[in-house]
Amino acid sequence: MKVNTMAEMMASGTMPEYLFWVGCAGSFDQRAQKITKAFSLILDKVGISYAILGKEEACTGDPARRAGNEFLFQMMAYQNIQVMNAYGVKKIITTCPHCFNTIKNEYPELGGNYEVIHHTTLLQSLINEGKIVLKEGGAFKGKKISYHDSCYLGRANNIYEAPRKVLEILDAELIEMKRCRSNGLCCGAGGAQMFKEEETGTTRINIERAEEAVATGAQIIAAACPFCNTMMTDGIKNKEKENEMEVLDIAELIAESMA
Amino acid sequence: MEMIAPLIFLALLATAGFLFYKKANLIKKTIFLGKSEIQYAEPGRRWKQVLLLALGQKKMFKNPLVAFLHLIIYAGFIIINIEVLEIIIDGITGKHRVFLPFIGSYYSLFINVFELLAFGVTVVCVIFLVRRNILYIKRLASNDLAGWPKTDANLILVVEIILMSLFFLMNGADQALQNVQAPHYAPTGSFIVSSMLVPGLSSLSTETLVLIERSAWWLHIIGILAFLNYLPYSKHLHIILAFPAAYYSALEPAGKMKNMPSVQNEVLYAMDPSKAPTDAAPPTTFGAKDIFDLNWKNLMEAYSCTECGRCSAACPATTTGKLLSPRKIMMSTRDRLEEVAQNINQNTNFVDDQKTLLHNYISVEELRACTTCNACVEACPVSLSPLDIIMELRRSLIMEESNAPAEWNNTFSNIENNFAPWKFSPEDRENWAKEI
Repeated sequence: MKVNTMAEMMASGTMPEYLFWVGCAGSFDQRAQKITKAFSLILDKVGISYAILGKEEACTGDPARRAGNEFLFQMMAYQNIQVMNAYGVKKIITTCPHCFNTIKNEYPELGGNYEVIHHTTLLQSLINEGKIVLKEGGAFKGKKISYHDSCYLGRANNIYEAPRKVLEILDAELIEMKRCRSNGLCCGAGGAQMFKEEETGTTRINIERAEEAVATGAQIIAAACPFCNTMMTDGIKNKEKENEMEVLDIAELIAESMA
Repeated sequence: MEMIAPLIFLALLATAGFLFYKKANLIKKTIFLGKSEIQYAEPGRRWKQVLLLALGQKKMFKNPLVAFLHLIIYAGFIIINIEVLEIIIDGITGKHRVFLPFIGSYYSLFINVFELLAFGVTVVCVIFLVRRNILYIKRLASNDLAGWPKTDANLILVVEIILMSLFFLMNGADQALQNVQAPHYAPTGSFIVSSMLVPGLSSLSTETLVLIERSAWWLHIIGILAFLNYLPYSKHLHIILAFPAAYYSALEPAGKMKNMPSVQNEVLYAMDPSKAPTDAAPPTTFGAKDIFDLNWKNLMEAYSCTECGRCSAACPATTTGKLLSPRKIMMSTRDRLEEVAQNINQNTNFVDDQKTLLHNYISVEELRACTTCNACVEACPVSLSPLDIIMELRRSLIMEESNAPAEWNNTFSNIENNFAPWKFSPEDRENWAKEI
């Protein structure tokens, strides 16, 4: 399977329908790379025309802005918008809620106007259109799955239903954690916390969240954000439950179940 | 006495009104020390927020029982004010129950509704006192409220109980006086709650009953006027400011952070010097070090906060024992505002007191703990944003003081040089694609 870059597409005189914004985690983090690969496999199977920016993609600036470094954020935003506008990008899909939020909500003021779609929303519409067909008796049939809400999808952008609707087709048993949807508990990674040691407290946020996840008795924690994925995986390891449950992205669950 | 009472009443009313106006004006002036760079468009959607959040208390109903109890106090407060209007007209004109001749037999119906509400308010205030002081409810027992805030909360509940009791006593004595056909006490019919006091009162002499009725009447209205003047010093100010707070609450997706056009332009001019105007003045300050650097909306929100603590109960940092508590962010901002207001009141203009909101009131450790998850904003019944204040203070910390943990400085340098928060080569960004 070949993943094209925008530069390659342009050289061949074509334009893809979507730019797949991979994000830094999806590009470099070994765990998140699997999510990226799973999602591009789905795109490929369904026959969606897309390309990535490859080396021309840079951090959206989200962690810099939320840490307080507006200069760095503005530099990154300027650079990314220049690149995307030069390619005439119209539609963007991304597997990272942080990139999603920044490009969708914060770039327009800076001159970057695109239709930005999170991968869970795209998956939901592909399912609705009948373009995603699952194997008979899929791997997750009857399994207990609990979805962990990403703050930057949920509270930040009001996306609560799409990921849940996608999970419904797996024919699994969906269980909610005690705090879910708009009351969902953060994994602890947002606001640039991912990139520093947590402040002193009585426990870690991801451990607190992992405890809620463990309490559901689910075998699979479904995530929709690469950072939530890391935090939840670490939390579950801390609770020594890594043999009983695993954290998978919604794209991975679908990719593995597709016919 | 009959001639002088309306004069005393008017003097009281005018004094209370003047004092409230003066204090309210000072608060308004203090709020507008904040910046006003944001435009609040779409009045239609904003009025809808007022209807849903403030008037309709939509978000309170995440906990239906508490919402219902709060609604009783709230409805009681608003509806009983119709009776206060009569009391004020009575006070000014020297008449007694001035509405009675106009509505006749409906009068007792109205008073009965007021009495039922007043009874509800009394019961709920007692329940709330128990909740605050006897039952252990984490957000109400938190250290955020140690000292004055806890006293303030209890004081509000106790004063409301006293006011309602005076209302009942006044009506009860009135009915006892009607029974002995005392002059000036026109028959109104029986009142549902206060009639229960009549048997206990009827053995008293007419003079004593008049004394009780008049004392209760005066204490009730003096209490209300005093309470009005207590509002600006109390968390109870939310009964007024919740409305503008709901109106100005964010309409955009909660994930969107406020842009800094000054920095945007600086970067633009650096990247593309041809776009720089010749007279471009560089920005003077970045983010907020003190209340003067915040938006006036943030300052109004600090005065609107009723310290209920739903934000902190939802905050991942607070609940895992970090120093940060979003409620405390709002309370600290208000404390600093009060201090600045006093400073201005004493010196006409603000005189530098060597203090700032950042550091003196809100510490670096608190700011560092925020995950920007928006749980606090979501939890707030009127969508106040502690997060906005936290982010503006963080901006000041980083851009004014270069105060960042070493890991963040590494992250910044990685983003700047490698275009990712980790130290990977940008050349390797698409390596994953070769492995499929």
